[in-house]
Amino acid sequence: MNATESFSPTVLRSPQRALVQLNNVHLSFKENEVLKGIDVSVRQGQSVSIIGPSGSGKSTILRTITGLLRPQRGEIQVCGFPVHTLKSEKEFVELRKRVGFVFQQYNLFPHLSVLENLMISPVKVLGLSRQEAKERAFELLRNVHMEHKETAYPGELSGGQQQRVAIARALAMRPELILFDEVTSALDPEMVGEVLNVIRDLVRDGITCVLVTHEMRFAEEVSDVLYFTEAGHIVESGDPERIFRQPRNERTRVFLRRALGEAAPLAAPRSVQLG
Amino acid sequence: MASDLSIKLAAANVNSQRLAGAFFTDPWFILLLGLMVVNVVWLAVGSVPVPLSQLWRWLPALLRGMWTNIEISILAMLLGTAIGLVFGALSLSPSRLLRRLVRGYVQVFRNAPVLVLIYFTTYVFPFEFNLFHWYIPFPDWFKVVIGLGLSASAIIAEIFRGAIQSIPSAQWESAQSMALRRTQIFRYVILPQCVRRMLPPWMNLYAGITMSTSLASLVGVHDIVDMATIASNTVARTDFTVLIYFTLLLFFFFYCYPIARATRLLEKRHERY
Repeated sequence: MNATESFSPTVLRSPQRALVQLNNVHLSFKENEVLKGIDVSVRQGQSVSIIGPSGSGKSTILRTITGLLRPQRGEIQVCGFPVHTLKSEKEFVELRKRVGFVFQQYNLFPHLSVLENLMISPVKVLGLSRQEAKERAFELLRNVHMEHKETAYPGELSGGQQQRVAIARALAMRPELILFDEVTSALDPEMVGEVLNVIRDLVRDGITCVLVTHEMRFAEEVSDVLYFTEAGHIVESGDPERIFRQPRNERTRVFLRRALGEAAPLAAPRSVQLG
Repeated sequence: MASDLSIKLAAANVNSQRLAGAFFTDPWFILLLGLMVVNVVWLAVGSVPVPLSQLWRWLPALLRGMWTNIEISILAMLLGTAIGLVFGALSLSPSRLLRRLVRGYVQVFRNAPVLVLIYFTTYVFPFEFNLFHWYIPFPDWFKVVIGLGLSASAIIAEIFRGAIQSIPSAQWESAQSMALRRTQIFRYVILPQCVRRMLPPWMNLYAGITMSTSLASLVGVHDIVDMATIASNTVARTDFTVLIYFTLLLFFFFYCYPIARATRLLEKRHERY
């Protein structure tokens, strides 16, 4: 977990040690080429952040990792699954049991209570008894400071609360890896902290995670490796402290100056277009 | 303490005013009031008008007729819902041919006048089926059920398709990422949300179908309209005829109005969530 020694391109690209390995991934929506040869590597226990301007392909990378999007070219290995070749529903289910996903817009199931949101997959997919699933759910709700809210419906909760429930819901599957897709971008500024605190705790506990984020300071603080994407390319990657202090690439420098330099990066207006 | 009490009293006052307002806008209450007034007048005059005594005599027949209408409407909705849900689901199937066929079915029956459909089903089907040596009767009222059911099925298919499509795709993505299978997503995530959205239009349709059952009398079903016609021909008094059809209006109103009110309430509740 030591950030300074964990980064070295040769070590990162050794496939047997990586939980996630993307090699030369290309993906386009019709004419629009979103990913133009992406290489990403995440090892067990690592916390990896992807930063970059909106529309640079950050969220698309996460979606290819969990098989929600299929690349036209390239290889994706996740938890031992060759995601780029998976076909049957059964294989995808096996993959997604191991990979949690937290969305920008929370996407909780609005017709189910908080408790039922956390129980549905452990019961229906993992085959836990309702009692076991309930105990697991209560424990996770405590971890995200949402105890006493188990009977509430998502529509009755604030954005920050919904997002914490969404994180607990992903954790209820005991995933080997969890993907956070701009989880604070839809939140009011005063709720960002409570969600980041939950993620900070998870990272401290050693969970493997990939964060797509606009929270630069947070990315610098929690991640072992940072990737900077622009226009479908990975422009720079490595130790976050090093990148923040002295970025090698000119475009990284311009982006960071803009993101960090201007008064409050949290309040900076963002494009509606997702990365 | 004193101010407390006065506030409470004021609150009670407002409440009672609201209560009274609710009473005077409630059609049931107005009807009851009207009947009481009429009765008091008759008590004073000492005689009951002929049309009314006749209406009293024919009331059991009318009620039996109304029951036929209710039966037809319920069965037609059951049939329409069963077919409509299947066709609504098929209209989203990956097969283009299937989608086209369903589309055709829906368009044909949505654009068919209900009365024409009822005549059609009445004369297309025989009055009994011959199964080996048993004769199974195929009564007219059941043909009306089929006619109305076909019409309802096309509308319900559209309602169902719309409901499924109105569930944001993010719900699919979210459920997929929770490792649920397609069938599970449909059953536990999409369908429950659809039911909530479908209920108001479904109830609207039910009220509409109930009113359309009055057409059954035209193909010889002994429904409430048929009963009223027989009664009016028998009594042969203009004032009685006016009264009995007015009674029919009331019957339908008091059956359909609560459904419409409940629909509105459901819609309001839906807006909040």
